Amino acid sequence: MHTKIISLAGALLLLAACSSPPPEAPPGGPPGPPGGAGIGSTNIVPGSQQDLEASAGDRVFFAFDRSDITSESQQILARQADWLRRYPNVTVTIEGHCDERGTREYNLALGERRAQAVKNVLVASGIPASRISTISYGKERPIVVGSNEEAWAQNRVAITTVN
Amino acid sequence: MKKISFEFIGALIAAFAILLHTGAPVRAELRIDITSGKVEPLPIAIPPLAGGAPNESQAGQDLAGVVSADLERSGLFRPLDPRGFIQNVSVADVQPQFGDWRQINAQALVTGSVKTQPDGRLRVEFRLWDVFAEQQLTGYGYTTTQQNWRRIAHIIADEIYKRITGEEGYFDTRIVYVSESGPPEKRIKRLALMDQDSANNRFLTDGRALVLTPRFSPTAQEITYLSYANGTPRVYLFNIDTGQQEVVGDFPGMTFAPRFSPDGNRVVLSRAENGVSNLFALDLRTRRPTRLTDSQAIDTSPSFSPDGSRIVFNSDRGGSQQLYVMSADGGGTKRISFGTGKYGTPVWSPRGDLIAFTKIDGGSFFIGVMRPDGSGERLLTRDFLVEGPTWAPNGRVLMYFRQSPSDSRGHGGSPRLYSIDLTGSNQREVTTPQDASDPAWSPLLR
Repeated sequence: MHTKIISLAGALLLLAACSSPPPEAPPGGPPGPPGGAGIGSTNIVPGSQQDLEASAGDRVFFAFDRSDITSESQQILARQADWLRRYPNVTVTIEGHCDERGTREYNLALGERRAQAVKNVLVASGIPASRISTISYGKERPIVVGSNEEAWAQNRVAITTVN
Repeated sequence: MKKISFEFIGALIAAFAILLHTGAPVRAELRIDITSGKVEPLPIAIPPLAGGAPNESQAGQDLAGVVSADLERSGLFRPLDPRGFIQNVSVADVQPQFGDWRQINAQALVTGSVKTQPDGRLRVEFRLWDVFAEQQLTGYGYTTTQQNWRRIAHIIADEIYKRITGEEGYFDTRIVYVSESGPPEKRIKRLALMDQDSANNRFLTDGRALVLTPRFSPTAQEITYLSYANGTPRVYLFNIDTGQQEVVGDFPGMTFAPRFSPDGNRVVLSRAENGVSNLFALDLRTRRPTRLTDSQAIDTSPSFSPDGSRIVFNSDRGGSQQLYVMSADGGGTKRISFGTGKYGTPVWSPRGDLIAFTKIDGGSFFIGVMRPDGSGERLLTRDFLVEGPTWAPNGRVLMYFRQSPSDSRGHGGSPRLYSIDLTGSNQREVTTPQDASDPAWSPLLR
């Protein structure tokens, strides 16, 4: 993981120095795993959503009907906090989402609780609360479509989005 | 709201009643007991109401059709095929030839007339007959504008339902719901309003803002619902007459899961703050909120008892989502659901005797009912996803939405509205122009 971060930082420096940007990645592709695949072929603007995705990972996942931050999520959020410190003017909104296996109103609350759990970790890492807002989409805006375990796991998520 | 004048045809009923008492012996009353599980639908003949002019004949046919469809959908009546009718009652004030109707096994008969008045309004009269007792059971006359003819049909169906079952009807009502279109990850959701028989559908919002969970005011032409209109999900009021929308209360953060109190003066809702959701009541006159719960949990989906004294809601304060009842000021909370699985979206019956809910257990969703003390749990329907029951105003029929599983391209996951009898029988789709969820039944419009 460490080597990856170092190589990402190197890539960012390279990109910043680059006068003619490399061709854009095709839009609308599936979101890559945290850590950011395909960085070399994409023009990443420092402090952008894409940068956050590539540098830290923009999302953390949750177990069914849970909002606990797993140790894996802790690592992603530590990287998000580092990233936010690097770009002190950036504000973010944390979107809480749920799978479709709950009732609408309960899931709105659960999505909010997940978003808030992420916010609490970032604030505890020293990011001012004023830079972080939260919103819940409950089960209304699934990230991955489909009524199966894989899709549900991807939809139990809090996504940090750059405003 | 258009005013409809009601007049009782007292003189007519009295006249026939006198005649009949000197005639045939008194028979057992024509009646359907709708509390029993399986009901044999009552054969009823509903010929077109008689009219003179072509527009009156057409109206008479249309009225009979809507009355017929209402009664058929209830599952309690079996309207007979007009092609089998022997007597032609298309002439106003003709006396039923009961023998002709007995011959086709009609137990009940509806006759009536449509006349255009000098001011252009329609005068509609109907009579309900017990064919075997040769007796008029009820009869009313109504005057209304021509555009309002469907409501007259629903009111007539309600009168027939009431006379035969002894219960209030539910046909002169409307449904507000969330109309859905577009791909799952970018779903467009709009508030829509239609008559309970799916007629007169219209959209109340344009789809730019995500909207959810509309509910009718019991007393006014108003709906409370959730909208993401200004970025933050908040509870709003929508005025059906004016189209005006306004935020309910001045809460920071998300408010959701609104419902009116039975007197229409308050809205009870959830407010999310720092990862917990608590219940508040907002007085619509003073705009002052009152905190009802103070838990470190998710308290949501509140619903008042019809007398306004208690509130049922769901909470995960005990570790999983369960139903609780408390007094309307927030005291005396008691858990009422103790079955396996999780329970959500409790809704108190307008009769007060039952609470309908969504249950999630073993990978399935259920719509069920239980008594307010938690006893007598009964599951009415089960599916991949069924959710959000709403009561017909007579407390005999529930509507909810059902969604099938979707594949990875989003195919198959279309939510649709369904209705079901409290007995668990007569499950039917309620047709809508697009996908639909979150139905809420209005009170009777009268």
